[in-house]
Amino acid sequence: MIDTFTNTVLFTMLVLTALAIVRMERLFAVVMLSSVFSLLSALLFVTLDAVDVAFTEAAVGAGISTVLMLGTIALTKPAVKKSRHNAFVPLIVVCITGAALIYGTLDMPAFGSLDAPAQIHVGPDYLSRTPSDIDVPNVVTAILGSYRGFDTLGETAVVFTAGIGVLLLLSGLRRRRDDDGEDI
Amino acid sequence: MIFHHLILRVVTKLLVGTIVLFALYVQFHGDFSPGGGFQAGVIMSVAFILYGIVFSLESAKKVFPEWVVHKLLALGVLIYAGTGVATMLLGYDFLDYDAFSPLHPTHGQHWGLLVIEFGVGVTVTGVMVAIYYAFAGRPPSMSDEEW
Amino acid sequence: MNKFFEFEFLAGHIHYLLFIVLMMTGLFIVVDKTNLVKKIIGLNIFQVSVFMFYVSIGKVTGGTAPIFPMDSNYHVDKDALQENLYSNPLPHVLILTAIVVGIATTSLGLALIVRIRESFNTIDEEEILEIEQKMTRDDNMKYDDISKGML
Repeated sequence: MIDTFTNTVLFTMLVLTALAIVRMERLFAVVMLSSVFSLLSALLFVTLDAVDVAFTEAAVGAGISTVLMLGTIALTKPAVKKSRHNAFVPLIVVCITGAALIYGTLDMPAFGSLDAPAQIHVGPDYLSRTPSDIDVPNVVTAILGSYRGFDTLGETAVVFTAGIGVLLLLSGLRRRRDDDGEDI
Repeated sequence: MIFHHLILRVVTKLLVGTIVLFALYVQFHGDFSPGGGFQAGVIMSVAFILYGIVFSLESAKKVFPEWVVHKLLALGVLIYAGTGVATMLLGYDFLDYDAFSPLHPTHGQHWGLLVIEFGVGVTVTGVMVAIYYAFAGRPPSMSDEEW
Repeated sequence: MNKFFEFEFLAGHIHYLLFIVLMMTGLFIVVDKTNLVKKIIGLNIFQVSVFMFYVSIGKVTGGTAPIFPMDSNYHVDKDALQENLYSNPLPHVLILTAIVVGIATTSLGLALIVRIRESFNTIDEEEILEIEQKMTRDDNMKYDDISKGML
């Protein structure tokens, strides 16, 4: 019961932050609020027992992504122009999507239930096999590195590719311009 | 360079070392506590990014040159994939770390996890620092007062 | 239909409702706002709400974080292990990597925005659309003249 209470309070704060992001005009304030949003969501991940995820979210969301957003604003313009179209159609689209998703959750198992499909198949298997197979206390690391090593290799490759993409977009062309001199 | 922010510069000098130390702790203690390569890589890159913001991009590039960063982001993936190739050469499946210590499979798993987490950490550090260098290296379009 | 209004059902499903409200906020920013940086932030909110939903599937009531107790030799303490109930670690693994991949792809999007600003001198979607329409009109007029000249 106290869990539900904590989660609901955190959620209210998250939704309020998100609504403030919708309303704000200055991008600097929006970026700072998105940093707050990340920290609050990291707290929520802790209450959901996902400490590794919370750690990552706090480091990535509140740290790196804020720096990158601020860097982007410094390279572009700080203020948002008032939108000319009205918000009615987007609101309808969003409400229909939300209604469809809420209809979908009606069949889901209750939050935290032990007999949910996710809890009876592969998850407990990892938990019971890790002590004898791998013998590291942090099961998340064991699954990440050993049981699902292929996944992680792929994810690392994706991060690497995204990094190469940013380098090509932002630094590659400039160097070529410097070399050629007159290239547009 | 920001000459007038004296407190910021002193605190940053103190913090950067601590952040690197914490990143190494998260990296190599990831088997026992929350943490691992992804988190450690991000924290490690934060140390260099903080240094770059408070001092200047040029001084950050002196500490961690751009060509080193570009080599590192490929090196991490190579370490990870190379571990898989090494286990294959030892006669086991791709990324089956039992190969490193056939008599004590859990020891082999410990070594394998340590190595691949290191690879992940190196790549993530490289990518994040490279992205920061790419963004910060562009000439800004707005002055400090416009914020 | 009656069971949907019972307290037990609501208490078990209120979290999903909250995730969806958060997701709707993110989607609204993506659809409604014309500034590209703000769209990316909306996409981030959307993404975080999906992460929360996914992690919440692995939560077990009364469970704890999936980190086993250790004995003095840094091995898993197999006796103390049985005393606790652990949450499902699999969603954590998937989301942990997804967050890092998410920031890498976000930075790719931001890099694209920087390049768009350099070519169009704006990051507002409506202005970009106007400039593009003008460019197409100019192109059409130019090629129209050329084709007339050929005739």
